[in-house]
Amino acid sequence: MKSSSLHSGSLILALLVALAMPAFAVLGDNAASVLTDQARMKGTLHSVDHSAYVMHEITSPSGVKVREFVTPGGAVFGVAWDGQFPPDLAQLLGPYYQQAQQAAAQQKTTQQTSGHAPTRRGPTVVETPGLVFIQGGHTRSFHGQAYVPQLIPQGVEASQIR
Amino acid sequence: MRKLGLLILMGNVVWFGACGGNGGTASSTVTGVSVSCSPSTITSGQMSQCLATVSGTGNFNPAVEWGASAGTISTSGTFTAPVVSSQTSVTITADSVQFGNISGTATVTVNPTTSAGNVAPLVVDAGPDGQEVNIAYTTVTVCVPGTQQCQTIDHVQVDTGSEGLRLLSSVLTIPLPPENISGQSLDECLVFADGFVWGPVATADVTIAGETASAVPVHMLIPSTTAPPVPSSCSSQTSGGNEGGSASTLGANGIIGVGPFQQDCGLACTSLNSQIPDVYYTCSGSNCNPTFVPLAGQVPNPVIAFNTDDNGVLIQLPSVPNGGSPGANGSLIFGINTQSNNNLSLAANTYTIPDGNGSTNNIGDFITTFNGHTYPQSFIDSGSNGLFFLDSNTTGIPTCPGQNSGWYCPNNSPDNLSASNQGQDNNGNPAGNNVPVNFTIENANNLFTNNDTAYSTLSGPFSGAFDWGLPFFYGKNVFTGIDGLTTPNGPTGPYFAY
Repeated sequence: MKSSSLHSGSLILALLVALAMPAFAVLGDNAASVLTDQARMKGTLHSVDHSAYVMHEITSPSGVKVREFVTPGGAVFGVAWDGQFPPDLAQLLGPYYQQAQQAAAQQKTTQQTSGHAPTRRGPTVVETPGLVFIQGGHTRSFHGQAYVPQLIPQGVEASQIR
Repeated sequence: MRKLGLLILMGNVVWFGACGGNGGTASSTVTGVSVSCSPSTITSGQMSQCLATVSGTGNFNPAVEWGASAGTISTSGTFTAPVVSSQTSVTITADSVQFGNISGTATVTVNPTTSAGNVAPLVVDAGPDGQEVNIAYTTVTVCVPGTQQCQTIDHVQVDTGSEGLRLLSSVLTIPLPPENISGQSLDECLVFADGFVWGPVATADVTIAGETASAVPVHMLIPSTTAPPVPSSCSSQTSGGNEGGSASTLGANGIIGVGPFQQDCGLACTSLNSQIPDVYYTCSGSNCNPTFVPLAGQVPNPVIAFNTDDNGVLIQLPSVPNGGSPGANGSLIFGINTQSNNNLSLAANTYTIPDGNGSTNNIGDFITTFNGHTYPQSFIDSGSNGLFFLDSNTTGIPTCPGQNSGWYCPNNSPDNLSASNQGQDNNGNPAGNNVPVNFTIENANNLFTNNDTAYSTLSGPFSGAFDWGLPFFYGKNVFTGIDGLTTPNGPTGPYFAY
């Protein structure tokens, strides 16, 4: 599907398809789950077509912004967020959330038991072949990104997922 | 003149400078007023007694009307000094009531009260679990409010990236009374960059150095095995786990957040918000639901509740050379421009940060520029134990191989780098000077072989921003000005300055 055809008409069509599927996951899921997220966050939706991908931004009433990056084929390959509070990452990352938790826990254990490196205390950075997850900040300002490297379309840089 | 003599001798005669009714007979004149105040040098809030000597001819009115350029002065000439942060000259005037344009003045010098009571020692060491680096700890005393039932707790991490006092329940031995909302216990979920903490909110008298905050909410941290259980809406905000179970997960016995805001959550956790954030919860039994909490019930930055020195903090840590130091000793100083030891002139520049009124973007962040790119979500954070910035793709700096990929291992080590920092206003526009900052990073694996606890060159990735962690503080005076509170003769918070 060409990216130029991804306007609200085809998104609504995708939603009609999605109604038949359980749709709470986003990362790795299809574009219809963006609308599910919008409803759950009670947010406004704003979309930008970058040709190689479409970026949908959902802004919740409390100002938390979630940006979802969708391939021309309709798959969510990356998400980014910022605001006073983190979003519900279990919803946003779907099955990738457990992966992120496990990788973060493993990092801490390895660091503490290896005897060679102290625990890093600061932003979370998980870099595995199947998932990159980053979150940092302080009270009143958090931001992060998560993406599946294999799903990033040709010609798109990971640094554009922000 | 005899009447005048009487005036001088009877020092505590009250003369009323009444408006209207100038007094004196038609042929009298007032030729001058002289004023003296004793003592002529006093300190903040002290009193001095001023006397007016009126000269004239005939049956003149000896009454005067008192005025002071600062502080207050009573109708009997008793002057009360204002609270000052630096030496201040106050002009006392006495105007003749009969001829208002005839007056006299005197000067009272007011000095600030000095006290070392606003300095708490800071120590960088391996922490209660013996495994930490780049954490600055201080000692805090908590008491059951209004009682002498107290406990002194060391190795409490000083964190400019959060607000509020949080203590491991596993370390606490005194029964701090819980805070309730509508008969239900109040619990809190606070998210950090690498995990969360959870547990009940209680009240305590908190004393650090010579400063006390009375009956303030504090956060008691419980492990996930203790009721009430962690709500999933709490844990799902981070990929890290519950850090409040022990000193080894937290890296400390507690955290004292002295960041640039008055409470940990603020207006977003009050009913002014249209959604209830997943921060404060009321719990009955194991059932916890998010709740709004008014500002006064939230966990505050303890500094705002001190009697004085309550507008911010200054953190001073010594320089640490390349390669690291076994430890470091410094100071956590309370107040900005309130004592002789916390003058804002110790900082070269001030960096305004957004306070969240209006736009909720980038609250508490400033703009770091590096290699021509701007990063407006950057911040100073003594609670991070490295300089965390960008990533290998952006910087060309490799991370350490294998299990230490959370740290940078530059090929050129030491690697001298340069960035610049600038404040930003509530609309995200740059504010103030864009000031270069030089920093050096070294190969982390090499550093760790030194077995030090203070490393000024320890760094790692953080895509999209600069988190200027504790290494940034070594060799600097770093001020954190609190949102909405004024610095005497200075800016209003929130701001960082260094």
